[in-house]
Amino acid sequence: MNAPRPVNAIVEQCQALFEDLHFNAVKEWKAAVPGRKAIGYMPVYVPRELVHAAGMLPVGILGGGDALEVIQGDAYYQSYICRIPRSTIELALTGRLDSLDGMLFPSICDVIRNLSGMWQILFKDKYVKYIDVPQNYVDNIGGSFYVHEMQTLREDLGRLRGAPITDAELNASIAVYNDNRAAIRDLYTYRAVKPWQAPTSEVYLLLRAGMVLPPEAHTALVREYLAATDLVPRAKRDNARVVINGSFCEQPPLALIKSIEMSGCYIVDDDFILVTRWLLDDVPANSDPLQELSKAFLHRSASTAAKYDAKREEKGVFLMKQVKTRGAEGVIFAAPSFCDPALLERPMLQDVLGRQKIPHTAFKYAENTGQMAPIREQAGTFADSIKLWSAA
Amino acid sequence: MNTIAMPETKKKPVVQKEDAMNLQKELINQNYMELATARANNRKVSATFVPGNLNELLMCFDFARSLPETNALQNGMRKKSGKMIMDAERDGQSEDVCTYVKADLGMMMGGEIGPTGDPLPRPDILLLSYTGCFTFMKWFELVRHKYGCETVMLHVPYQGEGRIQPAMRDYVVKQLKETVIPTLERISGVKFDIDRLRQYMKESVKAEEDLVRVLQSAKNRPSPIDGYFGAVYYIGPIFTAFRGTPEATQYYNVLRQEIEQRVREGKGPITPEGEMGEEKYRLVVEGPPNWTSFRDFWKMFYEEGAVVVSSTYAKVGGLYDFGFRHDPDHPLESLADYCLGCYTNLNLPSRIDMICRYIDEYQADGLLINSIKSCNSFSAGQLLILREVEKRTGKPAAFIETDLVDPRYFSAANVKNRLESYFQMVKQKRTTGVGAGVQPVIPIAAAH
Repeated sequence: MNAPRPVNAIVEQCQALFEDLHFNAVKEWKAAVPGRKAIGYMPVYVPRELVHAAGMLPVGILGGGDALEVIQGDAYYQSYICRIPRSTIELALTGRLDSLDGMLFPSICDVIRNLSGMWQILFKDKYVKYIDVPQNYVDNIGGSFYVHEMQTLREDLGRLRGAPITDAELNASIAVYNDNRAAIRDLYTYRAVKPWQAPTSEVYLLLRAGMVLPPEAHTALVREYLAATDLVPRAKRDNARVVINGSFCEQPPLALIKSIEMSGCYIVDDDFILVTRWLLDDVPANSDPLQELSKAFLHRSASTAAKYDAKREEKGVFLMKQVKTRGAEGVIFAAPSFCDPALLERPMLQDVLGRQKIPHTAFKYAENTGQMAPIREQAGTFADSIKLWSAA
Repeated sequence: MNTIAMPETKKKPVVQKEDAMNLQKELINQNYMELATARANNRKVSATFVPGNLNELLMCFDFARSLPETNALQNGMRKKSGKMIMDAERDGQSEDVCTYVKADLGMMMGGEIGPTGDPLPRPDILLLSYTGCFTFMKWFELVRHKYGCETVMLHVPYQGEGRIQPAMRDYVVKQLKETVIPTLERISGVKFDIDRLRQYMKESVKAEEDLVRVLQSAKNRPSPIDGYFGAVYYIGPIFTAFRGTPEATQYYNVLRQEIEQRVREGKGPITPEGEMGEEKYRLVVEGPPNWTSFRDFWKMFYEEGAVVVSSTYAKVGGLYDFGFRHDPDHPLESLADYCLGCYTNLNLPSRIDMICRYIDEYQADGLLINSIKSCNSFSAGQLLILREVEKRTGKPAAFIETDLVDPRYFSAANVKNRLESYFQMVKQKRTTGVGAGVQPVIPIAAAH
């Protein structure tokens, strides 16, 4: 029996996967069995179960990060548009996404929406689908539309693989992703209880690993990390407990996350890579799969700026729940520059927090932000202010 | 003693107006007056967006109808939006987001006073026609959050595949039947009468027919209209509170006749400074105009003899020139199709097809893209649009950057410089015939 790996070995594996902008893990997975296909997807959420049920690998594409120099991608975008689409195009134009047989673009904002059309023009040999998730949450209205969207995707993927996707396959995939979501929920719960044992710089790498690994392997990796990190006590600090909000699409550099932690914060919840925990609980895996996925989306999914709040009083409820259930003392709004969803949402959330007397601070970043000192100063001052002036 | 002759005071050019222009101005002012007196007249007020503006439906409930985008652009043209935007930014809005939103929020913060200086009451209902622009969702959420206005969502799916699928139409119709109409009934206290909707749509069709004829008159040489700067006035009534009214029908009828007369007389467009001189350049323009320096911007074109023969912005509130008409026999379905077909709800390949078609059908010399800093719906992907259109048509394209209503983002010198270079390029390409398979007029060797 293999000895359990130490936590740093697990983190190193995740870091290697995160840093690999050639997606070798995807290539290796495809090469292992001839004929395998991989389908990329962008934030915030796609029903990955359908891709998995087709026997394909869902691959989360989150831009090129700070390690990718964008040269060609900049020729496609004006300066006042965020960086994720230009680095994503850069990845594709430089051949780094050649292992993908298709791309899914969920309805998150106009930039990603228009990127789907650009992909259709630039990469005519790839399957491209825009996923329009419903903004009406009534089962026989938005739900019917969403089931139809998923059915279209199901049929397309079936054509791509050469055989229709069965309900049994879908239900099996739902079960696999239920396990994955449960593992992520446990990871987030663990981190909130013992943030010194699960720094977010490590948790983040675990989530990123899930973007290129099959879900079964990712679930095992998350469980392995939880066991390993619990074995070796780490130093506990008197840090301020914060929630990060606004980072659901273009990702901050890893150094930014580390800087926030180094400045005296424990990140006890966040909205990084929401697809990993968008559906809040287990989806029944023994029924009509598309109906169950639809109901889960409509009634039991997370909240983010790209999702309409049907009533005024719903605004900020999810964020407040994060703050309360995770025992957070403040919120850091970390939004990418030019991000319409995050930046338009922010004033409303700040208002809700203000009325609840929850401290908050805000800054903007880009995926290639290099100067961390201002972030450390701002986060550090924020943490200090929480410690100094919050009620005991 | 010698006296120095003082230069004559340069008179400000008198803006030339024709009957249709006066009618249009009356209509817009009339609507603002209706809004100003709505409370006194016990009328409820609705707000909705230009793309997906279900004006005929709103009229069925006797709403006084406000279009926040139009309010923002009117404030822009009246030089009021700059302060409103800064007020909104001081209140916490980001400098990166849509300036229509900030102008609207800034206007509301300043008290319920509209662009004309008359009261502009807070809406009783926000019909969130979620068509073609993500920001719309957040805009009305922001207004709802701050002012407690009731909001009803109409989610209009995006034409990701470049066509309207039955499921998309069904989804919109179902929302109309089961959420939108019941909400409008409750807020207004007026029972929905589908025959009333049909009646309004019968009027809409007449106006739509005439509008298309007006817009397509630009296929003539010279074009009797400017399909961008002039067209934003023409589309005013039909894209705002008047589609479906006899007043709009009358306006478009008068306008069409005026334009047809101009065609018969071989005249070019009317500009704020009078008849445009010789038509030297014919352009297609993609993207909204800048409103804060609208006249100055337009002048940069007509001074050079450049006329815009067609624009995509003139279709932002409805695409009629490819055949769509409101259909009184299928009223809800055609409301759905209207929303689904607005320009910014089309995917990028469809937008490119449309622009190439315009360049061909209107015999344009090229494409100009006015990229708006705060509008991702239009702007994201425009650089690819530019290259694709150039590739497919062989015609030159140019790119300038301004903004909707933030005066800080209009650099007149920069824009004029780029336009002049572009017109020179168009002229040069015409002279030398440089393009696929065409030989230069002056062989290089002979030039030495």
